[in-house]
Amino acid sequence: MGEVFVVTSGKGGVGKTTTTANIGAGLAAMGYKVVLVDADIGLRNLDVVLGLENRIVYDLVDVTAGNCRLRQALIKDKKLEGLHLLPAAQTKDKTAVNPQQMRDLCEELKKEFDYVVIDCPAGIEQGFRNAIAGAEKAIVITNPEVSAVRDADRIIGLLEAAELRDPKLIINRIRPKMVRQGDMMSIDDIIDILAIDLLGVIPEDELIVVTTNRGEAVVMDQSSRSGQAYRNISRRIQGEDVPIMNLEEDGGFFNKIRKMIGLK
Amino acid sequence: MLEFITRLFGREGGSKNVAKERLRLVLVHDRASISPQLLETLKAELIKVISNYMEIDESALEVNLDSQGSTVALVANIPVKGMKRAAGV
Repeated sequence: MGEVFVVTSGKGGVGKTTTTANIGAGLAAMGYKVVLVDADIGLRNLDVVLGLENRIVYDLVDVTAGNCRLRQALIKDKKLEGLHLLPAAQTKDKTAVNPQQMRDLCEELKKEFDYVVIDCPAGIEQGFRNAIAGAEKAIVITNPEVSAVRDADRIIGLLEAAELRDPKLIINRIRPKMVRQGDMMSIDDIIDILAIDLLGVIPEDELIVVTTNRGEAVVMDQSSRSGQAYRNISRRIQGEDVPIMNLEEDGGFFNKIRKMIGLK
Repeated sequence: MLEFITRLFGREGGSKNVAKERLRLVLVHDRASISPQLLETLKAELIKVISNYMEIDESALEVNLDSQGSTVALVANIPVKGMKRAAGV
C-alpha cells in the first residue's frame, strides 16, 4: 500500500506544481512507482511542467465520471520509468469532482503506487477540499514573504481541522544573500512563526525557469543546488535522515570577511 | 565603529524584522477567528472540567475571544450557582 501526499500552499505561485513534479521525479529516480495527480481542475498545469502535455487522452474527471478506466488516463513519463501523471480536466470546473470521489480514487491509486502525490489548487475552496480529501499526509509550501507565510498559516489550520495532522513545510525560493543582509526572513524566522516541521528548503534558482521551459525536472540536474534540495526532500520523504543543506557555501567575498571577523 | 561594521554587514535592521513583526500581528488576529464549532467544543469541555469543582449555570455561560491591538484574550463569563463540597481540597 502506498502513501498519499497532498502538496498545498493557499497562495498561488509559490511553487506547488514545480515541487510536485520534482518530488515525483526525485522519488521515481530512486526507483519508486509514483503517480502525480493534478487536482487543479480547469487550470491544468502539471502536464506542461512535466513535458507531457501532448500525451493526454483522458483526465481525472473522465476517471471519476466513469468515461474511462483509471489505467487509460494514466500517462507514463518519457524518461523516468516509475513516474506517472493523472492530468486534470481543462474544460470542467472544481465542482466536477467531489471529496468522496477523490477518496475513492486515492484508495485505488494507493494499491498500485508507492507514492501518490496530489498537486492542490491555490485557494481554500472546493478545489482545496477535493485535493486533501484522499490525502494521508500534507506538505505545505511557502515563500519567505509575508503573504505566502500568512496563507500557509491559514492552510495549516484548515489541514488540522480536516484531521491532516503534522503537515511538513517546504520553504521555496529563498535567497541566501538577502537573508544574510537581513532583508528576507530566514528559515528559522519562518519555522518560528509557523511552528511546524521542516521538510526542506529550496534556494531561488534561475535553472528552474530553464528546466520548466523544457518540460524537465530540475531534480535530475546533478550540479544545481535547487536540484540537490529536491533530491534531499525526496530522500527525506522515503524516510532518510538528510540534513538541511548549507545555503551559505558560495557566499562570495563579503561572506568570507564576515566569517573571518566572526559575524556569522 | 563596531556598530557601523555590524550594520555594514547586515546583522541588524533590515526589512525582515518589519516583515516578522507584521506577520506576528496579523497572525494573532487570523488565528483568533476560530470557528463557531470550535468555540462550542471548547465550551462543552470547559463545562465538563469546571463542573468537577462547582455548579455552574450552563445556559448563561459565555465564552468569547476578544482581540485588542496585538493581544487576544479568551474571555469567559461563567455564573456559579454553588460550590461542591468535595472541591474544598
